[in-house]
Amino acid sequence: MNPFETLRFAFGGLAANKVRSALTMLGVLIGVAAVILLLAVGNGSSQAVKDSIEKLGTNSLTISSGAGFGGGRSSSTVKPLTVADAKALADPAQAPSIQAVAPEVTTSQTALYQGTSHTVGQVVGTYPAYFEASNSKVVKGDYFSADDVLNSRKVAVIGATTATDLFGTASPIGRSVVLGGTPFTVVGELAAKGGTGFQDPDDVVIAPLTTVQNAFTGFGSLNQILVEAKSADATTPAQNEITAVLMGQHGLKDPSALDFRVSSQESLLTTQASTNKTFTVLLGAMAAISLLVGGIGITNIMLVTVTERTREIGIRKAIGAPRGVILGQFLAESTLLSLVGGGLGVAVGLIGSHFTIVGIKPVVIPESVVGAFAIAVAIGLFFGSYPANRAASLRPIEALRHE
Amino acid sequence: MVAVMGSSGSGKSTLMNILGCLDVPTSGRYLLDGIDVGGLDEHQLSLVRNRKIGFVFQSFNLVPRTSALAQVELPLAYAGVKTAERRRRAVAALELVGLADRMDHRPNELSGGQQQRVAVARALVTAPAMLLADEPTGNLDSHSTEEVLAIVDRLNASGRTVVLITHEDEVARHAKRVLRLVDGQVVEDVRQAPADGPPPALRDPAAFAAAAPHAPHAPNSSSSSRALTGGGSR
Repeated sequence: MNPFETLRFAFGGLAANKVRSALTMLGVLIGVAAVILLLAVGNGSSQAVKDSIEKLGTNSLTISSGAGFGGGRSSSTVKPLTVADAKALADPAQAPSIQAVAPEVTTSQTALYQGTSHTVGQVVGTYPAYFEASNSKVVKGDYFSADDVLNSRKVAVIGATTATDLFGTASPIGRSVVLGGTPFTVVGELAAKGGTGFQDPDDVVIAPLTTVQNAFTGFGSLNQILVEAKSADATTPAQNEITAVLMGQHGLKDPSALDFRVSSQESLLTTQASTNKTFTVLLGAMAAISLLVGGIGITNIMLVTVTERTREIGIRKAIGAPRGVILGQFLAESTLLSLVGGGLGVAVGLIGSHFTIVGIKPVVIPESVVGAFAIAVAIGLFFGSYPANRAASLRPIEALRHE
Repeated sequence: MVAVMGSSGSGKSTLMNILGCLDVPTSGRYLLDGIDVGGLDEHQLSLVRNRKIGFVFQSFNLVPRTSALAQVELPLAYAGVKTAERRRRAVAALELVGLADRMDHRPNELSGGQQQRVAVARALVTAPAMLLADEPTGNLDSHSTEEVLAIVDRLNASGRTVVLITHEDEVARHAKRVLRLVDGQVVEDVRQAPADGPPPALRDPAAFAAAAPHAPHAPNSSSSSRALTGGGSR
């Protein structure tokens, strides 16, 4: 008996009960497709988180005023962040891992343009370094310059949402917008970032720090300082340098009682990523269970088949089929069931992953395809071995007497 | 050619199962072609069944959904014969039983007589030491019975050992020697023709046909009583 013949017998056996074989395969198919698809959905959603981290800039760190959660320090002892702090951080001798520093003041103002009114979510006063640190790029016009900041020029770069709300499809470059009573000339429009969070990151007006302080916030404290590290790997040393520099600036001795917080975009999003991971594992576990149920389906059907074909097994044994051949034949049948079912499951899973599922674009994990298929085949072998063994160990006379 | 006769419950089937290596005797020895079958394990027994014994059953026992040709090739496949050789021998065996034109038919497309002839072809294709037929004509009409027995006669004439298990005198009279079983004991052992030479039906076909339908009991019956499980049964 060569393997090819064993396979031919297996095909014959399965073809004898087409509906039954098809339904058993369906069980495996659903299991495999579910594993591939659900893991792809989980992976797709963590991919989305990863993308949004990159959009916000992986190198950037945000320093905000105030103690950490549960810091317990009264507000009178908290020294606010100042431009001097920002300047100290920009000193490469003290903080070699820092690429650029952008002090930030934020406010909310109503913008007016030719009778159109729009409440801007965030008016940011900052330095030109902000654009790179926050991964904001202009699509039209240009950024404002350091010279604009020095001279407190009334120029602004506006976000995509703000531009659409105020100007519609017309180009906003060179137009004058009245922002909280002060006219600003629009010099640039930012590329849309696409919001995933609570606040629309495209509803923003960015103007020189001094101009915004002059017009709205006054020359007091900063809301936050945006720091760009030299590389993604440099964020941790940069964080340590910031802590050291600001402790010096604020005259603090105890590193456990700081009056500022440094957070990286990544740390904000790792929480979300770990939630996603749990989600993926849960989905995977569900899918694995359905694969297991598919495997039990194989056992069930093979047991029925063995009982049904007891007489045939008896005949084969009487004409000299050794135990191994009978075992091989039934194992081949169950493995074929899982092989074909698994193959179709891979196809269905891959096709299904082209569609967006509950708002998530699934990203197929190649390992999950190989893994699910391999597990399906292994399940066929494993769950088929019990019925096959039973068939092989039937005594020929008893099998022949079976009606 | 030996016929084993006896009413139901007399031990015919048990004898057949032991002869066919499907069952093992509780005590005693069974030598098949010089091999003591009692000491063999399951794998060796399957080899013995494959090489030494050809089965023909009352209920044909063909493998369902399998063409006559594949059916006959099956024992050769289990014996590990190469495809081309297997095909050649299977075709030859089917031609021998007169089914050359039915090779691609499945069991459900064949008449009872044709199915039994496929079973005979399957039994003899491995050139076994012994053809073991358990009531081969039990489910057949008289015409098919004649056909199958004619094949068996020819096989025996060409030197094949045949053990026929039957309760029909009509079938038993084709044998050279007839054993009669009662309650597991051999109560009668009749020789109808010499061991070497053609079987009764081919020695004198005219007289054999004239003697039908009721075969006379041979007068020189030498009844001997032997314990079934104790004796070499060949």
